[in-house]
Amino acid sequence: MANVSIIPSGDFKTSYASDTTIFPTKTSRNFAILGVLLLLACPAFLDRYWLSLLIQIGYLGIAALGLNILVGFTGQISIGHSAFFGFGAFASAWLVNSWSVPVALAIPLAGVLTTGVGLIFGVPAARLKGLYLAIATLAAQYILQDFFARADWFTGGTAGTIAEPLTLFGFAFDTDERYFYVVLVAMVVMYILGTNLMRTRDGRALVAVRDHYLSAEIMGINLTKYRTMSFGISAFYAGIGGALYAHYLQFVSVENFTILFSIQFLGMIIIGGLGSIMGTLMGTAFMVLLPELMQAATKLVSGTAIDTALNLRENIAFLREMSIGLVIILFLVFEPDGLAHRWKQIKAYWKLYPFSH
Amino acid sequence: MSGAPVAPHPGPAQNSPATQAETIFEARGVNLRFGGVHALTDVSFGIRKGELFSIIGPNGAGKTSMVNCISGRYRPTDGRVYFKGRDVTGMTPNHRAALGIGRTFQNLALFGHMTVLDNIMVGRHHLLKNNFLTGPLYWLTGARKEELAHRREVEEIIDFLEIQHVRKATAGTLSYGLRKRVELARAIALKPDLILLDEPMAGMNLEEKEDMARYIVDLNEEFGMTVVMIEHDMGVVMDISHRVMVLEFGKKIAEGRPEEVLADPRVRRAYLGEDDDEEAPAAPAAVVPPRKEVA
Repeated sequence: MANVSIIPSGDFKTSYASDTTIFPTKTSRNFAILGVLLLLACPAFLDRYWLSLLIQIGYLGIAALGLNILVGFTGQISIGHSAFFGFGAFASAWLVNSWSVPVALAIPLAGVLTTGVGLIFGVPAARLKGLYLAIATLAAQYILQDFFARADWFTGGTAGTIAEPLTLFGFAFDTDERYFYVVLVAMVVMYILGTNLMRTRDGRALVAVRDHYLSAEIMGINLTKYRTMSFGISAFYAGIGGALYAHYLQFVSVENFTILFSIQFLGMIIIGGLGSIMGTLMGTAFMVLLPELMQAATKLVSGTAIDTALNLRENIAFLREMSIGLVIILFLVFEPDGLAHRWKQIKAYWKLYPFSH
Repeated sequence: MSGAPVAPHPGPAQNSPATQAETIFEARGVNLRFGGVHALTDVSFGIRKGELFSIIGPNGAGKTSMVNCISGRYRPTDGRVYFKGRDVTGMTPNHRAALGIGRTFQNLALFGHMTVLDNIMVGRHHLLKNNFLTGPLYWLTGARKEELAHRREVEEIIDFLEIQHVRKATAGTLSYGLRKRVELARAIALKPDLILLDEPMAGMNLEEKEDMARYIVDLNEEFGMTVVMIEHDMGVVMDISHRVMVLEFGKKIAEGRPEEVLADPRVRRAYLGEDDDEEAPAAPAAVVPPRKEVA
C-alpha cells in the first residue's frame, strides 16, 4: 500500500507551519494554481456547450463536497442530498423574488437556510446508524419533494419559479461565459473552506466519529453534536450548490430533485473517493463527462459495420445508458477507493520512475 | 475538594485510608448489571491524587467494566462515582474527558484512517477553541496559530513516546506495539489528571513491556498524572504500582500495597492459583464429566 506520501529527498520542513500546508509540496501547489489559471482562461477558447459542462461540474462539485463531508468523512449516509440541493435552489429564488434580496446575498443566505433544514433532518441522525439512517434520509427526500410540490408560496408549486440572474454592481452574469467565473470562484472558495475544515479541530472530530465513535467520545467529542453538525454542513454545501444552479438556469422546477439525483451525488463521491476532497471534484467531473464520452463513442459506432450488423438503430441510445452503468460498475470493482486513490498511485509511480523499488 | 459530597449511598466503610491524601476519584457501592449478569457488585474504592493504581483480577472479573464506569462508557446500575469531588455518575464520556479523564482501550481503538499526528491531535479536542466556523477561515481567525501551538505540544508527546518516525503514517498500518503507543500518546494529549490504561502491555514482548512500564512511571512521576492500570503481568504490576485492587467475579476482594495484596490468601487463590488447599482441586474434580463423550 502506497500510504506514505512521497516527498522528494532534500525537501525538509523546518517549521510546523510549512508542514501543515494544504498541498504537501510546492510543485503540487503550483500545479493547482496553474489549473485554476487555466480554468480562468477557459471562456476564451471553449464553446458554450463545454462551458456549460464545466459550470455543471462546479455547482454539482460544491454540493457533492457537502455529501462527502457527511458520508465520506463522518461516515453517515444520506440518500436525500438532492432534496437539500433543491431546497437551496428554491430558497435562493424565493429570497430574491419575495424579499428582494440581491442575488449575491441570496446565494449564501440560501446556504444558511438549507443548513437549518439539514439540522432538522440531522437530529434523527444522531440516534440512527447505517441502513436505518438511510431510510430516515429517504424520508427527508420525499418530505422535501412533497413540500416543493405543495408550497406554492415558496417554490411556485408545480409551475416552478423564476430565478433572476446574478448581478453585481450593474454587471449581469447572465451568459455562460460570465457565469462560469461566478461558479469557479464559488467552487475554489468552498473547496478551500472544506479543506481547512478538515484539517482543524471539528474536521478531525468528524473523521474520529467515523473511524471509531466510542473512542471519539472518550476523546471528548460530543457524538450527537458532531453527527448533527455534519448534516448541517452537508446541507450548507448542497444549498450553495443549489442556489448557484438556480441562478444559472434562471428557472427552478420541482421535478429535478428526485431520488435518482441523490443517488447520482452518491455515485460522484464513491467514484471520486470517499473521504477525499480532491476526489469529490474528480468524481463529479467523471459523472458529468462520462455521458459525453459515451455519446461520442456511440456516435462513432453508429453507421459503422457494428451498427448495421447488430441492427442497433435507435437502440444505440440505450446502449449508451447501459455502458455508463457498466463503466461505473467496472470502476467500483477495480477502483473501490476512488479516483483520488488512483491519482495518488499514479503520482507515486511517476515520482519513483524508473526505480520503483 | 476531597470528599465534598456526602455519600448518598451508605456503602461499606472504607477500609483503605483513601482520605489520607487528596482523593481524585472515588467509587461508592458501584453495581453494574447486564440483565442477570452481575458484572460489578458493590465495589467501593478511592484513588489518591498522584497515585499509580492497578486493578487486577482473573478474566471476566469486571476490571474493564470498572474502568468503563470511571470513563463513562457504562453507567453504574447502582452506586455513585466521584471525580475531583464531583458526582460524575450520569455524565457522558465526552464531558468527563473535558474534566480530565483520559483512557486507552484494551482492544486498539485508534482512528485507523487518520495519520498518527491527527490521532494525537484529536486528543487535543477539548483544549482547542476553533470550531466549524473559525476552522474553515483558517488564516483569518487565528485557527492556524492555535493549531500550530497545539502541534508543538503534540510533538513533545511524540518525542516522549519515541514515535517520531511514524508521525505521518496512517495509524491503521502500524504494528501492534506502535499502535498501543500511539493510543497512549492520544490519551496523554488530553492532558488528563486521571489516565486509565486498560492492559497497556498486552501482547507485547519483554522489551516493549519495559519501554511501556518506563513511560507509565514517567507519566506518573514527571507529568504528575494519576494512573489507573489494568494489567495481567504481575511482575510489572508489583514493580510499579503504589496500590493494587483485586476483583473477582465483580467483587472487590483486596486492596492495598502490592506486597500486602500479594500476601492475601484470597488473592493467591483467586488469581495467582498458588497455595491451593487440598479441597480446592477436589471440588472441581467431582463436577468433571466422564471422558467418554470425547471422540
